[in-house]
Amino acid sequence: VGFQDPDRAPTGESLLDTLSKTGSGVLAWGAWAGGAGGAGGSTGADPPGRPRRAGPAGPGSATVRQMAVYLDAASGVPMHPVARDALLAALDDGWADPGRLYGVARRARLLQDAAREAVAQCLDARPDEVSFTASGTHAAQLAVLGGLAGRRRSGHRLVHSAVEHSCVLQAAQAHQAAGGAVSVVGVDPLGRAAVDGYAAAVHSGEVGLAALQSANHEVGTLQPVAEVAALCQPAGVPLYVDAAQSVGRLPVPPGWSLLSASAHKWGGPPGVGVLVIRKGTRWASPWPAGEREGGRVGGFPNLPAVVAAAASLRAVQAEAAAEATRLRALVDRVRSEVGRTVPDVQVVGDPTDRLPHLVTFSCLYVDGEALLLELDRRGFAVSSGSSCTSSTVRPSHVLEAMGVLSHGNVRVSLHRTSTEPEVTAFLAALPEVVAELRRTAGVVGL
Amino acid sequence: VTGPAQTLDCRGKRCPLPVIELARRIRAVPVGGTVTVLADDPAARLDIPAWCRMRRQEYLGESAGEDGPAYTVRRSC
Repeated sequence: VGFQDPDRAPTGESLLDTLSKTGSGVLAWGAWAGGAGGAGGSTGADPPGRPRRAGPAGPGSATVRQMAVYLDAASGVPMHPVARDALLAALDDGWADPGRLYGVARRARLLQDAAREAVAQCLDARPDEVSFTASGTHAAQLAVLGGLAGRRRSGHRLVHSAVEHSCVLQAAQAHQAAGGAVSVVGVDPLGRAAVDGYAAAVHSGEVGLAALQSANHEVGTLQPVAEVAALCQPAGVPLYVDAAQSVGRLPVPPGWSLLSASAHKWGGPPGVGVLVIRKGTRWASPWPAGEREGGRVGGFPNLPAVVAAAASLRAVQAEAAAEATRLRALVDRVRSEVGRTVPDVQVVGDPTDRLPHLVTFSCLYVDGEALLLELDRRGFAVSSGSSCTSSTVRPSHVLEAMGVLSHGNVRVSLHRTSTEPEVTAFLAALPEVVAELRRTAGVVGL
Repeated sequence: VTGPAQTLDCRGKRCPLPVIELARRIRAVPVGGTVTVLADDPAARLDIPAWCRMRRQEYLGESAGEDGPAYTVRRSC
């Protein structure tokens, strides 16, 4: 199969060149960046072979860059080879409007149906319960706001945990701004939501929707979904589960009414979300939706990406149990070694009842941004919940709800191409990096 | 600047500076004395109690300072 050949695939660099080429009808980036005022500056194309990025020059730096160790699977994982193949095939075969009645459209429709069937099977749902959206965030917003809209007459209150993903919190804010009520359930120091909190809320009789993530995206702690579902069911309250971090890695506990997930967390392409609404769950679209995706999602579906997402979900699910065992052992190693080799470090989240691939820790007296940049310089890509690393001033709402140290925070999350030597290299570099930053800040011995 | 009750002005300083300065200053107060940190970085609300737990110092709580929150810590060791 030709498109599997990496030599023949366009690289990111050559794509950039293609996008910035002049004389081929494509506008140069430089012309846009030059500004409408035309105040001098760059008006033509950048010279070909632009530097990859500003960074440490000198021998060996290119090698380091090439060998960068990617440890941020929780943000998104590189595309699974199956997804890549499926995407390229579907670009040729699935570009037409699946809603039309001619040959190529019927072909697209077949692909769409097969993708829906595959995702439904992986999530233990019926195909007509599954819709595809433009992102995981879009699916989460539709689940929250649509679930509440469908139950407008039964209850106006949304109850969710304090550690939900920000897309759920933003939907909750929108609900509140529109006159709805919101209850927030607290978590214990490991980040696990209080089942009691859900019990108190759902028995109040005014709850329209309960929301609980399957597992926390920052610290990996698994949430008591089955317990909360068992409380919601007799009370007649639908439970929405944001399963973005666990789909493709762990089975989703039963009992939910609405579920959302995001393809680029399991090796599909970015820009595909999944919304599942169980048969019999009341739901009303919060936005104009038209006829696509069963009237749940507006707009033309990105069918090639959907097909790739479905193919990769099937592939990762087949290897999920073995991968979970392998990654769990690596994460166990990180948890125990970081605690031993880095002084004054707090490893957070549940040590056992957790996602297999994710671990988070905070280093006392260390600036989170400096830590990330130094790790990046040494070829390790990690993420952080420290406020100084994001555009917001507030520390991570997850770390805040847990009451743990928020600065010097690092989240390491592994994926199917993560190897033991990569983890070993990270564990070897980290104590040095932390010690160096502490020396520079003059906080040794404090 | 030693004394049983000290105030540390960390307003305008971002994390982890308020915690670092608290760790330096606590040595200048006797055991049983207090340091009150004025800090407007929201992370201080989280990180000062967390530092107290890690360093076995006593966190006495947050109060409304003149110009933002104030966090008081008692030196216990």
